Formats: sequence, structure tokens, C-alpha cells
Amino acid sequence: MSIETAQREIVEEFGLFDDWMDRYQYLIDLGRKLPELDAADMVEDHLLAGCQSQVWLITEGDADRMVFRANSDAAIVSGLIALLLKVYSGRSAQEILDSEPHFVVEIGLSDHLSPTRANGLNAMLAEIRRQAQLALQAA
Amino acid sequence: MDIVESKVKDQLDVFALREQFPVLARRVHDEKPLVYFDNAATAQRPLKVIEAMDDFYRRYNANVHRGVHQLSVEASEQFELARDSVRRLLNADSVREVVFTRGTTEAVNLVAQAYLRPRLEEGDEILITHMEHHSNIVPWQMLCEQTGAVLKVAPINRQGELLVEELASMINERTKLIGMVHVSNALGTINPVEEVCRIAKKHDVPVLVDGAQATPHMAVDVQALGCDFYCISAHKMYGPTGIGALWARESILEDMPPWQGGGEMITRVSFEGTTYNDLPHKFEAGTPNISGAIGFGKAVEFLEETGYEGIVWQEERLLEYATERMQAIDGLEIIGTAKHKGPVVSFTLEGAHPNDIGTIVDHYGVAIRTGHHCAMPVMQFFDVPATARVSFAPYNIRNEIDIFLEALGKARDMLA
Repeated sequence: MSIETAQREIVEEFGLFDDWMDRYQYLIDLGRKLPELDAADMVEDHLLAGCQSQVWLITEGDADRMVFRANSDAAIVSGLIALLLKVYSGRSAQEILDSEPHFVVEIGLSDHLSPTRANGLNAMLAEIRRQAQLALQAA
Repeated sequence: MDIVESKVKDQLDVFALREQFPVLARRVHDEKPLVYFDNAATAQRPLKVIEAMDDFYRRYNANVHRGVHQLSVEASEQFELARDSVRRLLNADSVREVVFTRGTTEAVNLVAQAYLRPRLEEGDEILITHMEHHSNIVPWQMLCEQTGAVLKVAPINRQGELLVEELASMINERTKLIGMVHVSNALGTINPVEEVCRIAKKHDVPVLVDGAQATPHMAVDVQALGCDFYCISAHKMYGPTGIGALWARESILEDMPPWQGGGEMITRVSFEGTTYNDLPHKFEAGTPNISGAIGFGKAVEFLEETGYEGIVWQEERLLEYATERMQAIDGLEIIGTAKHKGPVVSFTLEGAHPNDIGTIVDHYGVAIRTGHHCAMPVMQFFDVPATARVSFAPYNIRNEIDIFLEALGKARDMLA
């Protein structure tokens, strides 16, 4: 699957909901289903700054196939993480850097992207891109 | 879920009060009435404040203290009248004791750098409490780094109350200042400032009080309190952001060297040397926040007209009602249960992160605070990463608490 296909799938899934409550409920459920991280992963080195809740993000793999694992202590943020992982994990660094996260606006969660929102979606996106850049430099 | 009218008689006309705050008529997220419960972060502004600031810009915007023209004279008059309003608010002796600052934070930094720094030697101690806001921690930590002084922290109990006897036992001949919050923003605790000042006086240790959360809710008399420094922010008490004040006794301020240099704070400058201006101007370098000061003065007038008696009456009812209803919720824990409390309820809910609660109740029109409230040591003490917090103003009503609780119930169902 490509980043574009993953984004299209998410937009279609969210198209089924007509109000914010259903969208949030779906996000919360997605977040609950996110695999838990090991205690060894939930360390300060993996903690992202700029989030009101705690967000741990672990990067593995290389520029050809980057794998991200992440979780948060807040449910809505975990749901956002699940979406980001679906879009970005398992892709090449180049594809990550070449794509824009347009699905966030299309599923009506764009207020989560505003830099003044302290929920960390912005911080996570920035970190994923930064890791992709690092992987390319290392390749 | 509309806001139901339930006019309060005698004590405070809440609905007349609400009409003075235009923002309260706002609707948010698909036409839901705004329920503003983030007053401890910043209160809303009454028309009196908004109009006075607007009037300054429309009719007499000019720089203060230097001009010979009419606009400058008018602006200077209003600026200094505002200073007198702040003097009245705190029952200070003289306007010479009221220094305008950007807020409480700058007032604390001013005392740290201009008063305490020259008096500190390596190994000296600064004593604060475990419930301080970062603004009454970090300036002292910076000062300790600069001078080799040591920061000491007086403990609190599980209710979030200061252990005064412990604090007293920590005072020694190295203690050079006690810094304490009057009303805790994270817990609501009202501290026994007068008692601490009495104890400090016996040891000849000056006391700085962070009064940011006190002046919105209670009459403050710096002379009765017996403190040496009192710091406030206008925006917590219905005035504008970016302005506040430091009060200190005239003799102390006279002794303090200026902190920042520039215009306004001098009487004569040559390359050989500079003569500093009189109090309080020697601490107000640069063109001040003139419209902010004027708004600040009007906020004091607003408090005087509304009256603390009515404010306290309404806020106590809100706090009592909210506490009672929230205590009955399974899995909800109130953080901060001091006997003497301001209108703040900080809480955690089992299985729900405060951030999720805040996001969901926002969609029901309810503005609350979530996070560490700039008091991370308080969060560490209670072993929580964050709390959700509702904080009330006298323009809030019981029905808004019902709306909040209903939204909280929905949040809990969604997060279950």
C-alpha cells in the first residue's frame, strides 16, 4: 500500500460518520486497539516534546522501509497515532518526505494540526519527517 | 442544553453581571453556548475594561510623562490614576509603592534580580512552598545558579495544604527570602499568608507573595498581611494581559537598584553617568503598556463596583455545588481538598486522560484547562501527569456546572 492509498482509505472510513462524536469515538477505539509499548520503549529518549499528553515514538528500519511504533497515555491522541502509523509506517523515507498529510483536513480533524493545539499531532508529523530525513542522510 | 436563567437575588445580580461580559454570549462548536470554566488561566473582560482601552486609542493615545501636549497630559493622568486604583486594590500606602510590570512573573523576576541578588551569598537559602507556580520557582532557581544560593521547599499535605510548622522549622539564619503563593492555581488552596509573615518577621526574613490568583477572588490588604512584596497580574482579575504590578514597601524599593535601564527610568543621562528617576518610575524602563495600565485600573474599578462580598458569595456557592456533584462521580478524584479554597476544582477521572476530557467537553461548549497548570512539582507530589481543572468566576452559574457535568459524563462514556 502507498501513503496515498492509506490516506484515501482513512478518508473513506471517516466519510461514514456525520458528526464529531462518531469521529472521535472511532478515533478513541482505534487508539485503544493500538498495540501497547514495552516499558523499555516508554523512556524519555522516545518522548516527544510539544504534547500535552505523553507520546512515545520509536523509529526502526532504514530509508527503504521505515517502521514507526508509537503510543500515548491519552486516547484521542492514540487514535491520531494509529492513523499516522497506518499512513507512514512501512514506507520509504523518500515517499514520506514527498507526501502531504492531506487526510487530516479531509476527515475534519484539521484543528488538530494547528501548531497552537498542544496535542502533538504536529510534533509527531514533524518527528516522522525528521526521522525520514535522517534515514536518507544515513543511506 | 441552553443556559437556564435562575436569577440570584440580594447577593449578586449574576445576570446583570453576565451582560457586562460580551464574550459570554458567544456560541461555539455548532451553536452551543459557551461555558467558560478556564478563569484561573485568564478571566474574561467586562465592557468597562474593553471600552476604556478602546477609548484611549480613539481619543488620547500618546506617550506618557514627557509630553507637553494635551493628549500626553491626558494619557499620563489616566496612567497614573490607574496606578492609584491598584494602590487602592492592595491598600498600599502610596502610589510610589506600585510598580507596573508585565505581570506576576516579571514582578517576581524584578525582586529576584534587583532586591535579592545583591544580598545573596553562596549557601544562602530561598524558601518556597511545594505548591508554587513555575513563575515563583524558576526565577529563584536562576538566581541560585547565579549566586550559589540554595532553593528550599516547604512541604504540603495530601489535601494540598501548606505545612506551616514545617515551613517555620526550615527558616534559619541563611534564609534570605520566603516566596509563597496566596491562592494556588493548580489546587485552589488559600494559604495562611498572614501567619507565615508573622513567623518570618520574627526571623527578619522578607516574604514575597504571588497574588495572581488572589485578587480576582478576595480583598487583599498588603499592610494587614504583613508581607514585603506582593505580585499580581491584571488578566486574572478581568483586566488585560501583559500588565501587572509589584507592590513593595517604599523603603525597600528605595534601596533597590534599577533592574532594566532605558528611557522613563532616568532624570538625567550623560556619558559620565546617569541619575535615576524617582519611585516607582526607576523600575519602569521604556514606554510602558499604557492602554494595559488603563484597562488594569478599570478592572480594579469593576471589582470595587461588583464588590468582593458578592463575588465570594457566588464563587463559594459554585465551588460547593461543583465539589458536591463531582465527588459523587465514580472514579473521579479531586486534587486539592484544602479547607480554605478558591473556586478551583482540579481533578482526575479513572480511565480518562485529562487531555481527552478537555477535548471532548470543548465540543459541548465547555472550556476547561488540562495539563500540569505550570505547577509540575504539584503534579509530581500527587503522582499524576496532569489534571483537568474547572475554575469559576462570579459570572458563572450553577446551570453551567450541570452542562459541564453532562459533557463530562459523555466524555466518560466515550472513553470507557
